[in-house]
Amino acid sequence: MQELKNTFGIEGKAESDRRIMIEIPDPAQIRKVAEFLREKGIDHVKSITGIDYPDQKKFSIVYHVSSYGDFELAKLILSLRTYVPYERPEIETLYEIWPSVWTFERETYEMLGITFKGHPDLRRMFLPEDFEGVYPLRKSFKVKQEALFIDKQA
Amino acid sequence: MLPEGGMGVEIVPASGELNVGPQHPGAGHMRIVVKLNGDIIEDVDLDVGYVHRSVEKLCESRNYMHLIPLVERPAILDSIHMNLGYIIAVEKILNVQPPERAQYLRSFAAEVNRIASHLYGLGILTVFLGHSTGFMWGFGDREVWVEILQALTGARVTNSYVIPGGVRRDLGSSIVEMTNKALDYTERKLKDWRSMVLNNPVLRARLENVGVMSKENAIKWGAVGPNLRASGVYYDVRKTEPYGAYDKLDFEIPVYKEGDGFARTLVRFEEIEQSMKIIRQIIKDIPEGPILADRFLNQIPPTRRKKWLEEQRRVVFPGYYASFRPPKGEAISRIEAGRGELVYYVVSDGTAHPYRLRMITPSYRLIYVFKQLSKGARYADLVSIYGSLDYFPPEADR
Repeated sequence: MQELKNTFGIEGKAESDRRIMIEIPDPAQIRKVAEFLREKGIDHVKSITGIDYPDQKKFSIVYHVSSYGDFELAKLILSLRTYVPYERPEIETLYEIWPSVWTFERETYEMLGITFKGHPDLRRMFLPEDFEGVYPLRKSFKVKQEALFIDKQA
Repeated sequence: MLPEGGMGVEIVPASGELNVGPQHPGAGHMRIVVKLNGDIIEDVDLDVGYVHRSVEKLCESRNYMHLIPLVERPAILDSIHMNLGYIIAVEKILNVQPPERAQYLRSFAAEVNRIASHLYGLGILTVFLGHSTGFMWGFGDREVWVEILQALTGARVTNSYVIPGGVRRDLGSSIVEMTNKALDYTERKLKDWRSMVLNNPVLRARLENVGVMSKENAIKWGAVGPNLRASGVYYDVRKTEPYGAYDKLDFEIPVYKEGDGFARTLVRFEEIEQSMKIIRQIIKDIPEGPILADRFLNQIPPTRRKKWLEEQRRVVFPGYYASFRPPKGEAISRIEAGRGELVYYVVSDGTAHPYRLRMITPSYRLIYVFKQLSKGARYADLVSIYGSLDYFPPEADR
C-alpha cells in the first residue's frame, strides 16, 4: 500500500480489512499499477464494471482483483477505479497481465463502447448480430416499458 | 500401400469449421463454432447470448426489493445462491446484520440448493456422455432436495427466500423430519452413484486425462468453483470470507491435483457429501431466536407480528421494503454458489433503484476457460469438457 503510494503517487483507502479501494486518476497508469500488483501476488480479475456518468461526461471503470494462489491474500478484494472521458473512451487492455480479463473487456466494450486497446478479440459477445442503437448500458439507452391496461368495470 | 484392386481408403487431412448448436442436444442455448483440423480442435469460438435478458440494465429501473426475483432468474437451479449474494451486497450498503438463526437458515437453504445443483450437473454430464441412467438418477435424486426447498420457501424454482435483514420463513419440525429422511436416502443413493456412475469404465475413459487444466492455467484463466479446486487451488469463499453460519460449521473443501474432467466430477460429488455433513450440523445446532433483524421486525404492527411470527412462523413484509432508499455508497459481495464464486457489485446513489448493478456469475467466468481448454482436444471430447465444467448458458448470459 505504502509502496504503491511512493511509486505512483496514488492514494488507497481501506474500507475494512478485506476491501481496499484504489483510485487511479490517470487511466494511462493502469497498466503499470497492474504489473506492480501482479508481482505482489494478485493473480486474477474478478470483475470489470463500467459505470456511465452522463452529467460528468465520463465513464468509470472499476477492476476488482484478488488472488487465488495465496490464501491470506485471497481474503482481500482490491478495487482499482479509473475514469475515461466521453470524447475518447479508450484504455489499455490488461490481457497480457491478467488473461482472465478477456470476457470482461469484451462485454464492457459491447455494452458501454469503451475500447480496450490491444485486446486480441474485441468483438460483440452477447448482443444479437443485427443490434442497432446506442450502447445498451449507457444511461441514454432507455428500456421500453410495456404498459398494462386493465378495463375497469362500470 | 494397399495392393491394387483392394479396398483402398485414402485419408485426406481435412480442416474446416463446424457449427455445434444452438439446438444441438449437447450445446444447450449456445452455438459453438469449432475450427477443426482432422478431429483435433484448433480453436473454439463461443457464440453466447441466446438467453441474454439484460438483467444489469433492468436493475437500473427497478426497486431493490423488486430485483430479488429478477437476479434469481439466470440460474434457476441455484436461485438461493443468486438471491443470497445480492442480499449480502444490499445489506452491506444498508448496514444491517441479520440475527443468528437467520444466518443458519441461509446456510441451510444454500447447502440444500448446492446438492440439488450438483446433482443436476452430474445428470447433465452423464447424458452428454450417453449414460442416460445417470441423467435420470440425477434428476430423480434432485427432486428430494427440491421438495425440501419447496416446503421451506413455498416456491419450487425461484425461491426468493432471503430478504434484507433475514429470511422469510422459519424451519418447522416437519421440514426437519423431511430433511432427515432425505439425508438417509441420499446417503444410500450416493453409494449406488459411486459404483454405477463414477466407477463406470466408459465414463472414466471419457473423463480421465481429458481437458486437463494445470494449476497455473486455472489461476491465469480465472476459473471458479469446483473446476478451480479440481486443479489443486484451495479456494472457497466459504473458507476465505465466511458468510452465513459457515464460520461456525465444520466442513472440508475437496481439492484434487489432476485437473481433468474426472477430478472435476469427483470434487462435485464430494461436495455433496460435505453439504450433507453441514446440513446435519445445522439441524443439530441451530439456535432459537428471531429470523429477521429487529430494525425491520419492529416496523410490523405488534398483533400481526405475533400472529405471523409465532403461529405461522413466517415474515410478512414491513412497509419499509416497498421502496427503501439505501444511503449512497457501493458494496461488493462474493459467495460460493453451486458452480463457483458469485460476485455482486452494487452502486447506490441514494435513490430507490441501484445506479449500477454488476453481476458476475460463475459460468460467465468459465467462458474463457472453456475456450482455452478445448484447444488441442479431440472433437469427441468437446462434450465431455463442456459437461465436466458444468457450464450453464443462461447463467453466463444473464
